[in-house]
Amino acid sequence: MSFETIITILENNWPMFLRGAYITLAIAVISTIIGAFIGFFIGIMHTIPAAKRSFKTGVLKIFNFILSVYVEVFRGTPMMVQAMVVFYVLYAYGIELDRFVAALVVVGLNTGAYMAEIVRGGIVSIDKGQYEAAQAIGMNHFQTMVFIILPQVARNILPATGNQLVMNIKDTSVLSVISVTELFFQTKSIAGANFKYAESFAIACLIYLIMTFIATRLLRLMEKKLDGPDSYKVENTTAAAK
Amino acid sequence: METVIDIKHLSKSFGQHEVLKDVNFSVQKGEVVCLIGSSGSGKSTLLRCINLLEKPSGGAIIYNGENILDDKHDIEKYRTHLGMVFQQFNLFNNLNVLENCIVGQQKVLKRSKQEASEKALKYLKVVGMEKYQHAKPRQLSGGQKQRVAIARALAMDPDVMLFDEPTSALDPEMVGEVLKVMRTLAAEGNTMLIVTHEMEFAREVADRVVFMDKGVIVEEGAPEQVLADPKHDRTKEFLKRTLK
Repeated sequence: MSFETIITILENNWPMFLRGAYITLAIAVISTIIGAFIGFFIGIMHTIPAAKRSFKTGVLKIFNFILSVYVEVFRGTPMMVQAMVVFYVLYAYGIELDRFVAALVVVGLNTGAYMAEIVRGGIVSIDKGQYEAAQAIGMNHFQTMVFIILPQVARNILPATGNQLVMNIKDTSVLSVISVTELFFQTKSIAGANFKYAESFAIACLIYLIMTFIATRLLRLMEKKLDGPDSYKVENTTAAAK
Repeated sequence: METVIDIKHLSKSFGQHEVLKDVNFSVQKGEVVCLIGSSGSGKSTLLRCINLLEKPSGGAIIYNGENILDDKHDIEKYRTHLGMVFQQFNLFNNLNVLENCIVGQQKVLKRSKQEASEKALKYLKVVGMEKYQHAKPRQLSGGQKQRVAIARALAMDPDVMLFDEPTSALDPEMVGEVLKVMRTLAAEGNTMLIVTHEMEFAREVADRVVFMDKGVIVEEGAPEQVLADPKHDRTKEFLKRTLK
């Protein structure tokens, strides 16, 4: 393995690497967003206070059971297998999904299953006093969640969500089994053509590292931004006295 | 005198444990009532039952001639008529001081943003916190948080202010600033129901003192009478312990 070879491979194949990185990043970012939405939805459904026995509560219970099954299945099986099952089962029924769309479905649903637990944990960890204060000024459950609880949950689970994004950037590599042209798949093609496996994958490794590093830094920045400044402006109401 | 809240035969149990037993009690308009008693006597539970943060097991709470424990009663609307101040402040952590005082007015009472901020600033001025309107709760001291919490409750224009041990979680040097605000409110004729351990404060501002023990109201009356010349042994014993 030599440095010159790496440069040569890069020179000859940089559009393919770039395209692979682009697809990887696109799948990771979009499916993390999809997953976050799914996660919030399930987290909210699971924390609706059980009212008195009624038809609505019954429906909610059944619905929540289905959601629990989804979470268990997607957390309990490898994503590589999920990708195969989703793609080829649908294929067997004559539905040929675009491979990129299939990738979004698999990674999105997978992330959603993990995010559901993260969001639920985030909601449960909010101090009971926040709910009580919201109720005491007459807010209903929906208002309490939207204006008071969820904004705090979103902030609190941001580090965990960032973790999911980083994991998704790396784990998209398993999608090569359904021939999604992400970075791993592209690298395999490049290496298959030039027989320089070590050098080609060293490049891929570096690209993955750069992507995850930048993602982590950006998320850290976002956290800081959400927290707002440490100091606050003191409204000068006694200006006339001076 | 006009009765604001009338409580009849109220009871509350947590499982086997009976916390409130047949409590009868009412608050008149403009009256300042202090609830005293040792911890576990049920005074906080009574206050929390009044705005239904705890669901009473039995009895009735009459507000505006209607029993709000009826199934079909609009609890959320009823709660807007009661201002609640908690021991642990419970300011909304995601909002700054001004937003804390606005959010309920805007989202629940559907006031315009302008009207809501004017009202919020008016009450922040009353509690002396208008300077800190841009601060987040985590940047404030306990006493400051509690004053904001009082302004938040007042901004809803409630009929009654409920205080659940408002100074119990404060450092001693911050108790004064909160009590001072409450004295002002009492002097302005606000209807207030206060659960407190501050006997001096109760003696000074209360129109009526209610002593509770083991889930029942043992004695109530003017502060001079209940605090200085109690009739019941249990009241005497409690006062001896606390006034030491």
